[in-house]
Amino acid sequence: MKPASGTAALRVVVDLNRCQGYAQCCYAAPDAFAIRGHEILFYDPAPPADRRDAIERAVQACPVRAISLQVGPDDGDAP
Amino acid sequence: MTPVPAGIVVVGASLAGLRGAEALRRAGYDGPLTLVGAEPHRPYDRPPLSKHVLAGELAADATRLPELADLGARWRLGSPAVALDRAARTLRLADGSALAYEALLIATGAEARPWPAETGGGLAGIFTLRGRDDAAALRDALVAGPRQVLIVGGGLIGCEAASCLRDLGLPVTLVDPNSAPLARGLGTFVGGVIAECLRASGATFRPGTTVRAFEGDAAGHVARARLADGSTIETNLVIAALGATRATGWLRGAGLRADAGGVTCDAACRVLDAEGAPCPDIYAAGDVARWPIPLYDNRLIAVEHWGNAVEQAAHAARNMLAGPGDQRPYAHLPAFWSSQFGINIKLVGLPEGADSVAVVQGSRASRRFLAVYGRGGRSVAAVSFDQARWLPAYAEAVTAGDPFPPITDATDRPRVEIAAPGFPPPRRPAPTRPPAETVHV
Repeated sequence: MKPASGTAALRVVVDLNRCQGYAQCCYAAPDAFAIRGHEILFYDPAPPADRRDAIERAVQACPVRAISLQVGPDDGDAP
Repeated sequence: MTPVPAGIVVVGASLAGLRGAEALRRAGYDGPLTLVGAEPHRPYDRPPLSKHVLAGELAADATRLPELADLGARWRLGSPAVALDRAARTLRLADGSALAYEALLIATGAEARPWPAETGGGLAGIFTLRGRDDAAALRDALVAGPRQVLIVGGGLIGCEAASCLRDLGLPVTLVDPNSAPLARGLGTFVGGVIAECLRASGATFRPGTTVRAFEGDAAGHVARARLADGSTIETNLVIAALGATRATGWLRGAGLRADAGGVTCDAACRVLDAEGAPCPDIYAAGDVARWPIPLYDNRLIAVEHWGNAVEQAAHAARNMLAGPGDQRPYAHLPAFWSSQFGINIKLVGLPEGADSVAVVQGSRASRRFLAVYGRGGRSVAAVSFDQARWLPAYAEAVTAGDPFPPITDATDRPRVEIAAPGFPPPRRPAPTRPPAETVHV
């Protein structure tokens, strides 16, 4: 579900060239990051706003600094 | 219409366009900044489209990219650039408006190659998969429960889609002209592993043949494919995964070296004019840009990968703001990832044209291995199937131009066997002038 208008929207992208599957993000924010199979990282690029703290911990925990996060306005696709 | 002063204009509201715009702001550019996008969406991430969006795990609009700098940009979305007048320094958009630019960053990317109209391309039920709207439309069609899906083309997109659709329990046939999927990108020696995965997943793999034409039913919906071998396949949903052509149509008449293979740049990401001279105010980055890569004999190559979009855009932005005497060459080692059939595939370098391949860690039988490609006794690329942590070491070897194979005394494989990589012959006979080449994601 999207947060109500006017609240922050979280946007996440992981550089999967850089990702080495250390899985530290999965411990820091288990609702937003998961390893599938041996080393496929699945993540939620648009997690709910209440996961912000956990995702910021994941950003910090990544040993190869592969995770980018924007806490932006919830403006949909508005130009 | 009087052109609107637009400062630096980024053409293409893509990953490359966004990262270029961010780099301009980070480097201190505080003038007007305009991003022009053909689609009505803010920049979004493509890799999830052929995986989690098709699977229904992510909504197509969840893929909007984080914007990592305060852009203060003017967005012109939903109206593609249609013409460039370099003499007047004006960009014309499809809605009839015009932008007066100080400098241009071309990041229009590529477009899915459509199925030709004369052999059934206009039929309902034939999809391509490139943009966010493509993925959303295809997902809707999958939810409707197609009787039989036909995927044409066993490149990365075709294989990722096949993997996804089998996970959804849909009946899938994949047709590819080569003896194995991913043959053009990785060769049949490595692609053979994915052929096994395809078959083990329950998909039907039809190698060594091509679709000649699609036929429709009375309602104009695709009903069957006619193959080159004379057989037919009943299908009511087709994914045409035929690769991409660079989005350069809008540059026709601009006096630049641009065609369906890309726009040609010098090593500093400056676009070349028809005479081959770099334009001081026009740069290009991402899928659309081809440039000479020193590591690969300065062949002109367009690298259609995520990492290149990010790095090249940042590099081009840096050079845009630097003086003519401070134009730095772009050094890049191509790399991509894909996930399919539960396997994480990662590649560094350019395997195309390799004459040898060697599995240096693990085995193909276990579907967990690392293979190195050699050309003329030099290591030119390495691919990993679920062995990603070994890859950086081989990336260094490729960058350094180390001998092939680079590491011969791995503890788990004391004797390295060399095989033929199995690349199909080039699509067209080689012209006398070196052709522009394209690496496909």
